[in-house]
Amino acid sequence: MAHIEVPAGLPGILGPMAVSPESSKALRELAEVLLRSPNTLTSAEREIIAAYVSSENDCCFCQLSHGAAAAEHLGGNYELIDRIKQNFGAAEISEKLKALLTIAGKVQKGGKHVTAEDVERARKRGATDKEIHDTVLIAAAFCMFNRYVDGLGTWQPSDPQAYREMGQMMAHVGYVRPNWDEPVPAA
Amino acid sequence: MAHISLQEGLPGIRGPMVFSPETTKPLCDLVQVLLTGPHTLTPAEREMIATYVSSQNDCYYCQTCHGSTAAQHLGGTDADYELIAQMKRDYQATPISAKMKALLAIAGQVQKGGKQVTTEDIDRARQQGATDKEIHDTVLIAAAFCMFNRYVDGLATWQPSDPEIYREIGKMTSQLGYAGRDYKKPLQAIAAKQSNS
Repeated sequence: MAHIEVPAGLPGILGPMAVSPESSKALRELAEVLLRSPNTLTSAEREIIAAYVSSENDCCFCQLSHGAAAAEHLGGNYELIDRIKQNFGAAEISEKLKALLTIAGKVQKGGKHVTAEDVERARKRGATDKEIHDTVLIAAAFCMFNRYVDGLGTWQPSDPQAYREMGQMMAHVGYVRPNWDEPVPAA
Repeated sequence: MAHISLQEGLPGIRGPMVFSPETTKPLCDLVQVLLTGPHTLTPAEREMIATYVSSQNDCYYCQTCHGSTAAQHLGGTDADYELIAQMKRDYQATPISAKMKALLAIAGQVQKGGKQVTTEDIDRARQQGATDKEIHDTVLIAAAFCMFNRYVDGLATWQPSDPEIYREIGKMTSQLGYAGRDYKKPLQAIAAKQSNS
């Protein structure tokens, strides 16, 4: 049971979002800009950063839903997302994304952990200032989302199918969809 | 020097905010909703939660800005600034309400990680009169500052130490709020220093 009263049947962040429409509007817009707006990093890459940070923060709902969104952007490649969460250094992703995931992992521990060397390595592998900025902000934002979801003790379904459907909606419909407060079909 | 190329003379989060206007809009909307009224928790109480979490995250810029804004909401005297300093050192010994102490305990757990918040923490806040909405907002303010602090420190932004700068920021923010402001404009305390040097 969640720490505060939220509508039944809404998984993870959707419960607290339903009781606080004003803050939810800003949170949804932030997720949409960070993860889906036009960017030289693909939406799949940005969802991978979100899923990786959520996995480091041990937030079940966020890592599975954003992992599913990343996989859906990649045509349903769930195996790749699992390999990235286990050991991104050995996964079949670009060297640039590996360097950005290193920065994201440092941000998860705390902002001051990011070193000039981490940033230099990303730059050598082709990362731009904007991509470094966005990586830091996505990682920081998921340190917020994860704490919001777990800090209120929200209900987080264990059925992988629920996350698959959420991932499809997040990837293809987005975060500012009008029916956000309705239960997802599988929940 | 910051990790990326930012406009000079803008302290803390203002550099990256000006660098990335499209993300700045939802960030400002969020902080406006969370920290300004109307709410049953006063703006001073909300700013205190932000200040406390930023202090636990060791983010100099955020804890000093939001601490100054909280002090300004309380009246802006030296005693108000001292109350904020004391709250950061030891909020249990600070003359604030028992409800605020229970909410700061929740905020401190959120700073460590969402799963650290226990049913007992929540029950204690409820016994001191906290509502579901106040508990929700405390968790989200604490979580949001775990983001803002990482944004500010993760990009190694410029964080000046001159207290006058933070006094000016606190005054302006307590009067104007966060949304719809021009963060490109240099602060007077910084411009004055630069013209003197």
